[in-house]
Amino acid sequence: MSEIARNSPDPRLWLKQRSRWSIVEIAFWLAALLPFFLFPAYLTLASQIAIAALFAVSVDLVLGYAGIVTLGHAMFFGLGAYAAGLISKAGWGEPLSGLVMAGVFAGLVGYVASFIIVRVQHLALIMITLGLGILSYELANAMSWLTGGTDGLQGVDTWPLFGAFEFDLWGKTAYSYALAGLFIGVMVCRRMVHSSFGLALRGIRENVRRMPAIGSDYRAHLQTVYAISAAIAGAAGALLTQTTDTVSLDVLSFQRSADVVVMLILGGTGRLYGGIVGAIIFLVARDQLAGINPQYWYFWIGVLLMVVVLVMPSGILGGLARLAGKRD
Amino acid sequence: MSAAEVVLRTEALEKRFGSLKVTRGVTLELPRGARYALIGPNGAGKTTLINLITGQMRPDSGSIALAGRDITAMPTAGRVQHGLTRTFQINTLFPDLTPIEAVTLAIAERERVAGQFWRPLAAHKAAIEEGFEILRGLRLADVATRTTRTLPYGQQRLLEIALALATRPKVLLLDEPAAGVPKDESAMLFSVIAGLPEDISVLFIEHDMDIVFSFASRIIVLVAGAVLLEAEPEVVRTDPRVREVYLGQAAHG
Repeated sequence: MSEIARNSPDPRLWLKQRSRWSIVEIAFWLAALLPFFLFPAYLTLASQIAIAALFAVSVDLVLGYAGIVTLGHAMFFGLGAYAAGLISKAGWGEPLSGLVMAGVFAGLVGYVASFIIVRVQHLALIMITLGLGILSYELANAMSWLTGGTDGLQGVDTWPLFGAFEFDLWGKTAYSYALAGLFIGVMVCRRMVHSSFGLALRGIRENVRRMPAIGSDYRAHLQTVYAISAAIAGAAGALLTQTTDTVSLDVLSFQRSADVVVMLILGGTGRLYGGIVGAIIFLVARDQLAGINPQYWYFWIGVLLMVVVLVMPSGILGGLARLAGKRD
Repeated sequence: MSAAEVVLRTEALEKRFGSLKVTRGVTLELPRGARYALIGPNGAGKTTLINLITGQMRPDSGSIALAGRDITAMPTAGRVQHGLTRTFQINTLFPDLTPIEAVTLAIAERERVAGQFWRPLAAHKAAIEEGFEILRGLRLADVATRTTRTLPYGQQRLLEIALALATRPKVLLLDEPAAGVPKDESAMLFSVIAGLPEDISVLFIEHDMDIVFSFASRIIVLVAGAVLLEAEPEVVRTDPRVREVYLGQAAHG
């Protein structure tokens, strides 16, 4: 690398810098610990946010990075939630291994589904994801002998974390657990998006037509990312089951699939942290607005969504990044 | 001519869109190191022929062989991996990637390491350095880390070629590489093409006859989907049929 022309940047150094930790990022994770001290009464909400955020990050992988628009990702969230619940009900309540098993299960189903997903595009793709979501919801509804149907899955019993920390009423363990899950999930995704695989995903999103012309079997990439995303969504679902000791049918609902996309759009796609910011805004707003008027809180989410999309097309994080002048 | 090894051969390619025959019995041979031009009036089926050869379209009949191997049924990505690459008449780039990212991606795909999701991109040292060399060769080194969409049009045309070179092609099909580029810049662009490694066979579509006659060792004239003539530039220049169907038309351009 000695004969680099003057003015031209060292490309490797430049690429390396792109994946470096920023101050904002470190500050964010430190701030994530604040609820323990500042809002101890809201730890249950905080753990719900962390779970929704992990789910949103999994959707960002396929939607924000690979450009697969999905309206049925609750399928994998729900599969993970039910898998964790059923494993616990069957007599194995150890949370960590249950979480891994649920994630792997959702990932395997995701891989099978990916064979259909990579064969369709645009509107047909959205309809297929929507269809898969509805299908899994109704299947769970019909198989009430296994899932408890509309009554929900009863008798889930999650053992203390590491055999020592009970999932208490105040949500201290729950938030610690969910936050650790979110952190690990984001670190895995972060590593992935800064690899050559992450670059290939961005290539697919930017111009799928060019990919075969540079020799890329891009469908294989899409299948991989879809399965990984499904596994992470499943892990998020499992976290919900384990921190609440119950599974209701709405883990598979269309509402959940749609809400997670709304969170992601609010926060900003294709930047991992967008989903987290979106989840915080969405769930805090829901908590506050539902306190004012429990019936019509969704109205304001609609308003917020439209304002963000019109004023900051690349989401709140995208808008902030532009304001900070570090447009990448 | 016949002594040179044939790298790409098409045999009686046929393609129709509905009742319209856009490719009629096209049989071509491209020897190693060729610099062939593909010319013909608008609608002659030049781009369709490239689409057929590179696999974006499937021929109704006929066959295509790359280095003696039948690739007629092979998907586009497979053909690229075997060394048959094209560029596009209309920029088909990755707007939000930087040139260094785009060429590194192409090299990673070529080396079959693009699917590695645990190794940091910056650790692919050889690929990044090779990519940067390619960019430098096309005078894109200074803009290697700028977002593609912000590059001037002429540099985007060069990036089209850089992406193709990153696949390490044996055969390079250039679909109007200088399309939309001012005349003085297009001469520069073709000097880059002329300077490509000797062992790459190049077939290019180009409308500017000055460029065709100065860079092509041989010219294929396509009219209404069929090969009218394939010959050396001097022969094509003086052929009355070519004058009639093609040069006559281009004369007012």
